[in-house]
Amino acid sequence: MSTAAKNLGLNDGALVSAVRSGNQDAMAQLYDRYSSVVYAVALRVLTDAAAAEDVLQEIFMQLWRNPGSFDASRGNLAPWLAVIARNRAVDLLRKRKPQTEITEAVVSVEPDMASEADRGRNVEKIRAVLKEMPASQRSALEMAYFEGYSHSEIAEKTKEPLGTIKTRIRTGLMLLRKAVEAT
Amino acid sequence: MSVHEQFAEDLALYALGALEGGERASLEKHLEECASCRRELEQLRGDAALLALTTSGPRPPARAKSRLIDAVAREPRVQRAKLRAPLWALLGWLATAAMILVAVTLWMQNTHLISTVTSLSGMLEKEKSESEQARRIAEILHAPDAASYVIMPVSIRTMPPSGKAIYSRERSGLIFMASNLKPLPAQKAYELWLIPMQGAPIPAGMFKPDTHGSAMVMNPRLPVGVEAKAFAITIEPEQGSNTPTMPIVMMGAGG
Repeated sequence: MSTAAKNLGLNDGALVSAVRSGNQDAMAQLYDRYSSVVYAVALRVLTDAAAAEDVLQEIFMQLWRNPGSFDASRGNLAPWLAVIARNRAVDLLRKRKPQTEITEAVVSVEPDMASEADRGRNVEKIRAVLKEMPASQRSALEMAYFEGYSHSEIAEKTKEPLGTIKTRIRTGLMLLRKAVEAT
Repeated sequence: MSVHEQFAEDLALYALGALEGGERASLEKHLEECASCRRELEQLRGDAALLALTTSGPRPPARAKSRLIDAVAREPRVQRAKLRAPLWALLGWLATAAMILVAVTLWMQNTHLISTVTSLSGMLEKEKSESEQARRIAEILHAPDAASYVIMPVSIRTMPPSGKAIYSRERSGLIFMASNLKPLPAQKAYELWLIPMQGAPIPAGMFKPDTHGSAMVMNPRLPVGVEAKAFAITIEPEQGSNTPTMPIVMMGAGG
């Protein structure tokens, strides 16, 4: 890829296509765009910089080896990378074998988050919703998503009934959905 | 709401990977049969992805990029297709080696037969044909332009079916292997489609899974020189169709 092409700011789909052709510059551009997202998720889950760096390396090498696993028609690259980074980090945290192959990760996020501006706007909305959410509900969501606890483990740790945990998680996710749908 | 209410909360937990035990098994069984709950699960996974995107923190250290770029440079394109699915690749190479061995054996037998038992010409023709088939398979697997297509289910399954197509445009050759396929209704068969870069899908072979859900298609009749964008699978009448009947049950692009 020429320097001129780099400066044109190709979209994610074009860069992934270039990666499929073995273009290393395209890979470097994707890394520049999304390494912060992947690293932040891995660090949030693992709270260990070296382990988070390993996940970062692993996720981008998976993309290099198998760019066809990302289906642009079913979602944007940023949430897809964030989710597979979260899944891999949680597997490491829980010291278990990968629960989901990269090719099985389908992430369909509405609204469109292809541009950094759209993504930033929506992320701010989600952060605001999380901030306003009751602490017990936010905590249940985070324990499940970032710490990999099962619903029964969360109930045991919080000493809350299982049904309460289930309802909190379901309504918490619905709140996040509503926040971005109101765009 | 189109989602079954009794599964609504479990779907949310499942999307976060937090459902376990009997409830998980029971939900997975329901998901196999319920398209609306599968759609809701996909949406919930998207909702959960929003959580992932809210994380922020320090940027990765600069050395991480050099490490990646070095690793990428050490794995050029030609190696990647082989490394992507080691088990499949291993099976493929084992199959190739076995077929080549068979081919060599058959060739030696053929030579012997030609010189000594001319009356067995019928058998010789059969063995030649098998040898030719082995040679064609080896040719496709070794073709410089051979690309593989991992074919995954469009919908979510507990034990997901998967398929792998290895296609050479130059040789118009295709080898397809699949596993964990669901049994078919009576008088139906799976049909493989080559999705070209331009134009309508091209039929690339009919197949039915065996009792273990495995199936294979080798060297179907294909037009010459068609560049494949993807491969797809539909369920069709046993005699096959000229155009795919929706829905597409599995699909995969080359990588």
